[in-house]
Amino acid sequence: MENDIAVRVNNVSMTFNLSTERVDNFKEFVIRRLQGKLQYETFHALNHISIEIKKGERVGILGLNGAGKSTLLKIIAGVMKPTEGTVELDGDLVPLLELGAGFDKQYTGSENIYLYGAMLGYSKALIDEKYTQIVRFARLKKFMDIPIKNYSSGMRARLGFAIATIMEPDILILDEVLAVGDARFRRKCIRKLRKMFDKGTTVLFVSHSIEQIRKVCNRAILLENGQIIADGDTDTVIRVYQKEIDIDEDDNDNDSSQLPIP
Amino acid sequence: MQTFIVNAKKYSFLIQQLVSRDIKLKYRRSYMGYIWTLLEPLLTMIVLCFVFSQLKGKSDRLFPLYVLTGKLIYTFFSGATKSAMKSIQNNSAMLRKVNVPKIIYPLTTIFSNFIFFLLSLLVLILVAIVLQAPVSFITFFSFVPIVLIFFMSTGVGLILATLEVFFRDMQYLWNVALTMIMYTCAIFYDVSLVVENGYDWVLRLNPVYMVILLLRQSVIPSSVEVFHWHTLGLTALFSFALFFLGIYVFQKNQDKFIFYV
Repeated sequence: MENDIAVRVNNVSMTFNLSTERVDNFKEFVIRRLQGKLQYETFHALNHISIEIKKGERVGILGLNGAGKSTLLKIIAGVMKPTEGTVELDGDLVPLLELGAGFDKQYTGSENIYLYGAMLGYSKALIDEKYTQIVRFARLKKFMDIPIKNYSSGMRARLGFAIATIMEPDILILDEVLAVGDARFRRKCIRKLRKMFDKGTTVLFVSHSIEQIRKVCNRAILLENGQIIADGDTDTVIRVYQKEIDIDEDDNDNDSSQLPIP
Repeated sequence: MQTFIVNAKKYSFLIQQLVSRDIKLKYRRSYMGYIWTLLEPLLTMIVLCFVFSQLKGKSDRLFPLYVLTGKLIYTFFSGATKSAMKSIQNNSAMLRKVNVPKIIYPLTTIFSNFIFFLLSLLVLILVAIVLQAPVSFITFFSFVPIVLIFFMSTGVGLILATLEVFFRDMQYLWNVALTMIMYTCAIFYDVSLVVENGYDWVLRLNPVYMVILLLRQSVIPSSVEVFHWHTLGLTALFSFALFFLGIYVFQKNQDKFIFYV
């Protein structure tokens, strides 16, 4: 891999088997198998996607619901394995997805810092060193010995954000996370992210807010039905995306006009 | 195998964190805490001895050890397999976010069960001392069944963890199976009656019972049938076969977990 590439997605496809009826218990599975009724419909969430992201690029991923944005992020984060194709990464990757999910509810705040840190691949020495910084950033000093189950969702999100960003990873994955916490903390998060951007962190950002994409990103990709239909500077891609939204609105208008008026 | 060792090193801190979480949370907010690890088997042993001593005949001074060996092995087996089975569900939030080898989740919960099991063996030693059980060189081979039950439980636990992801009703089926396994473990009854009636093959089909038999043969050889090499050979073969089958089944299916959790 060349030196200036942080993420390379090579010809990735993802196909889901959607069983026509959900079978999640053994009895049903056996019965349907015997009856030969176990049918699947295939759904192509991603269709031969190739992307190269340079170091320091901040890429916004746009697309309507079901376009394959989250699937793409999960594949890049490594939690989902693509049906076809490969992903190469250069640097540590930290996913900032569903902040605060994944904490152990019975565990105290400080115990969760170590557990969560270990999950993200940090060593004990590193967490020891950064512990006070994490607590200070999350403003939770008084609550460190209280089980997480007694935290508010905003407090959990603060702690999650503080742990995930304290080590300043090379590649950051953001999935609608900027919508958490109160306004003051949100501003603090954005400041922290900006600081990381200035240091050249590579960012992959999924958001439905065009405003946020415009603020954060210097490149955008538009996905539709699992394919890239636009890729380039933010403003150009946003213009294409807005046209997409307008087309859909027209469709909806047509639909609603055909409804009988009660 | 080499990647296995590299991973074990790389994730040693995570493994340590997950094991210690299990251990810390087990008795959190209980007044006596870890003492329960010793007290629970001891109390159960007293109850079972009190109720079932008639069956064995009061003459057997070592009956408490007979009960305890069966109870401790079975408790570890059922505890480890049950918690391994639920481990993927319990860590689903992490599974969806962070890419770590998924086998860590069931393995760490089996480790923590094993640590509690090793601690509870102190009760066995204590009771053996109190009852002045005879010690011979055979006694020192009691680590063999302990190692075997670890590999067996790990194998079964990994298979169950995999199945549970796809079929949520596995846990109910497994509870039924565990009841069957418990009653064929001869925890609190004497096997000689079963042998006389010619039904001992039922017990021999239960690998957990075979481990219990091996432990009894090393701790209280006078109270059970004599040791045969083929018992050890078959049990060892079965334990390791299950262990490798478990790893194989888990690794082969783990990429699909994310669609079901």
